[in-house]
Amino acid sequence: MVHSQPSQVSRRDVLKGAATLVVTLGMAGELSVALAAGPAARPAPTADQLDSWIAVHADGNVTAFFGKIDGGQGLDVAVAQMVAEELDLAVARVQVVMGDTARTVNQGGASGSTGVQKGGVTLRNVAAEARRVLVELAGLRMGVPPEQLTVSDGVVGLPGDAVKRLSYGQILGNHPFDRQLDWNGKLGNDLVAKGKAVPKRPDQYQVVGQPVPRRDVAAKVFARAEYVTDVKLPGMLHGRMIRPPAAGAMPQAVDESSIRAIKGARLVWKNGFLGVVAPREWDAIRAAQMLAVTWSTPQPPFPDQPSLYDHIRRAPVVKRQVEAEKGNVEAAMAGAARVIEAEYEWPFQSHASMGPACAVADVREGGATVWTGSQKPHYARDGVAAILGLPPEKVHGIWVLGPGSYGRNDAGDAAIDAALLSQAVGRPVRLQGMRHEGHAWDPKGPASVHRIRAGLDQQGKIVSYRFESKGLSRIDINSHESHPSDSLAGHLMGLPLQPHQGFGVPQEAYDFPNRLMAWETIPPLLDRASPLRTSHLRDPVGPQIHFAAESFIDELAAATGSDAVEFRLRHLSAPRDVAVVKAAAERAGWQTRPSASRRDEHGETAAGRGIAYVRRSGTIVAVVAEVEVDRQSGKVWAKRFVVAHDCGLIINPDGLRLAIEGNIVQGTSRALWEQVNFQPDRVTSVDWDTYPILDISETPQTVDIVLINRPEIAPSGAGEPSMRPVAAAIGNAIFDATGVRLRRVPFTPQQIKAVWA
Amino acid sequence: MTERIVLHVDGKSHAIAVDDPEMPLLYALRDHLGLANPHFGCGLGQCGACTVHLDGVAVRSCSTPVSAARHARITTLAGLGTPEHPHPLQTAFAEEQVPQCGYCINGWIMTAAALLKETPHPSEAEIKEGLSGLKCRCGTHLAILRAIKRVAQQA
Repeated sequence: MVHSQPSQVSRRDVLKGAATLVVTLGMAGELSVALAAGPAARPAPTADQLDSWIAVHADGNVTAFFGKIDGGQGLDVAVAQMVAEELDLAVARVQVVMGDTARTVNQGGASGSTGVQKGGVTLRNVAAEARRVLVELAGLRMGVPPEQLTVSDGVVGLPGDAVKRLSYGQILGNHPFDRQLDWNGKLGNDLVAKGKAVPKRPDQYQVVGQPVPRRDVAAKVFARAEYVTDVKLPGMLHGRMIRPPAAGAMPQAVDESSIRAIKGARLVWKNGFLGVVAPREWDAIRAAQMLAVTWSTPQPPFPDQPSLYDHIRRAPVVKRQVEAEKGNVEAAMAGAARVIEAEYEWPFQSHASMGPACAVADVREGGATVWTGSQKPHYARDGVAAILGLPPEKVHGIWVLGPGSYGRNDAGDAAIDAALLSQAVGRPVRLQGMRHEGHAWDPKGPASVHRIRAGLDQQGKIVSYRFESKGLSRIDINSHESHPSDSLAGHLMGLPLQPHQGFGVPQEAYDFPNRLMAWETIPPLLDRASPLRTSHLRDPVGPQIHFAAESFIDELAAATGSDAVEFRLRHLSAPRDVAVVKAAAERAGWQTRPSASRRDEHGETAAGRGIAYVRRSGTIVAVVAEVEVDRQSGKVWAKRFVVAHDCGLIINPDGLRLAIEGNIVQGTSRALWEQVNFQPDRVTSVDWDTYPILDISETPQTVDIVLINRPEIAPSGAGEPSMRPVAAAIGNAIFDATGVRLRRVPFTPQQIKAVWA
Repeated sequence: MTERIVLHVDGKSHAIAVDDPEMPLLYALRDHLGLANPHFGCGLGQCGACTVHLDGVAVRSCSTPVSAARHARITTLAGLGTPEHPHPLQTAFAEEQVPQCGYCINGWIMTAAALLKETPHPSEAEIKEGLSGLKCRCGTHLAILRAIKRVAQQA
């Protein structure tokens, strides 16, 4: 798609028809909608106006404006269902516009699995208010008290009266509501807006809870989906960045004549920010490869990879935070019949998105437009504005689906890089990274060490529990992209890293009478432009923390000769948690026996099963994994999973199942294969060969999902929770199969061969 | 030196001028012809996001020189089938709701289409072997296999 000169478009323009609604019909019933930019420039929508959220068109169809984005888990459909439900409108008649800063309020982008839990709830509120206002207006027009009116597929009518009927289009089509909302004054995830209307009760739901199909699928399989990589502008140049060959190196001299032979190639160089542009993409790539640069040779900043965990143990503590403290842990430990202790280790991991990030920027005098695949487009807009020295309202951020995301990946850097290149050359610039920028230069999930101690009484019950993590902060780089000091370009131009401090502790509901849970962060390994800088990677720090916590519970069960399910249930009383653990065990056909008690010492493979259970922000998940470990090679096949999942009210069971499947597979990949390798001066995981992920030939045979629907409980997140128990479930199954306890991820054949004879 | 190369893509012929005959076919398709498919994933032939057919054979356009494609019949995902006349794999991938981000989808559908042409009813092991090496980061592996098996089991 070629975009016309971009401009700011408000709901009012949409209502007036100033913007063009382009609808591409894919498979029957599936719509893909692109709203081309209209001419007028207007201020961005504000959260306290109903018109910022809902527009009613002449045909009675509705557009909902959603300040988050969907990266492929079907969130837009769930939101459409919630809006359609409250409006009593067929779900196919609700379009959802996402992530455009000129047309949506900042609801925080994709963040923490809050799409439905937080973002969707405000959309539900405003849709309920829109229905209330529409019925009120219809009542005035027809001279009927609104409480006597009903709505059916967007037609307001008086029951039993064939004449007193008005469609939403007739009531309001293409006109604004002009109604104020109650807004809590917050932007981002915590934004709440609502009107006077009370949303429906769950027992009234018709659309919520139904398996409505995704809307983006047909466009994708027919090659008609537009990605951020496909955005083209008149006069656009292609850009490539040149990353330092060694971490911390800065360009000392650049010989521009080295790219003179390439048609139209130009250099952009400011401090450490070094890029090239050319009219043709291949020419930009060649220029980036051919550019002769003399680099500084800084002291290698990283430890030897084999000593990473010792480095973490020895490093000074930047911040210690006790997240939970109950009773007297040390006194209870001293009085315990038995104390057990273990440490677990988790490596740096990469987003390794399917394509390196891309952004297109058009920086003009006094303003800019940036097309970004960032999952937080409003914050990405703020970051671009800050680095250009423009007020945020002068920058229009347009979210277009990127090549994978899973947190603060390289997309956040691409938007700022593209903007700086465009500003330097005075033309629109499309920047895409090369493969090593997706692997070696994305912000990483942090490496960590987890130390756990427990005191057990005579009956094998946990009386005292101490969990401490020590690692790199989860947020050297804030997962928001609104400040240049959180960007690679900012660092390369001289802004120091301003590391934020954060980690986390296990989320579960075990009834330990005494417990202490704390985390400690250590200094970043390099203070700027580090290829090992850290930020959010899907279920930030969840997989590592729960790998440790749930492996340890398994160790305690084994140490007391207990069955792993029975041991967990012995320490659980919260009814939803008990139900989830029991549901997983039951569906899996779990045999009650201590783990590693029924090992086959002779077959080509050793088989075992393990369980792990977690919470995440209101969602409860238990996973049973069944594995086969190859005796010869040490290779693990995670053959079968059973997942029991309770996220409160289910909006769309099909979408939920597919999101869970993706988490199980990505979680398996991270447990079995993934670690970022590095030398003291550079990251050496630069592509798929040096950063392997789960191959299709290693796909689990089955992922059996038990959805526990609780309509009476508010919906919580589902985008990430089922990721966090996977590594522990697999590790526990490997223990059952082999009798060997793995306390370090990934569970590669090499690691298993080294400890399992 | 600029060279004129004629490419036959999805049933249409296009003449393009290229400075470097070693330029990968991917850039001719995306940049010179303006196609939104295939996708750049790695540029190293490791992931498959750039897969097209050359005379029915699945190749990685990121590591195939444009000059090697000049006499071939090039088929992209857009040319494999349309909503009006879908390839059975496109129908199956849509029905199984396979893609999440979907950026990898070229690789799976185009490689599987070539596989099914050679072996119309592959076993699950043959499907996995035939697709091994392709990448999907969202983890839609199970849905991919369901969709391909759905077509492989059709008469």
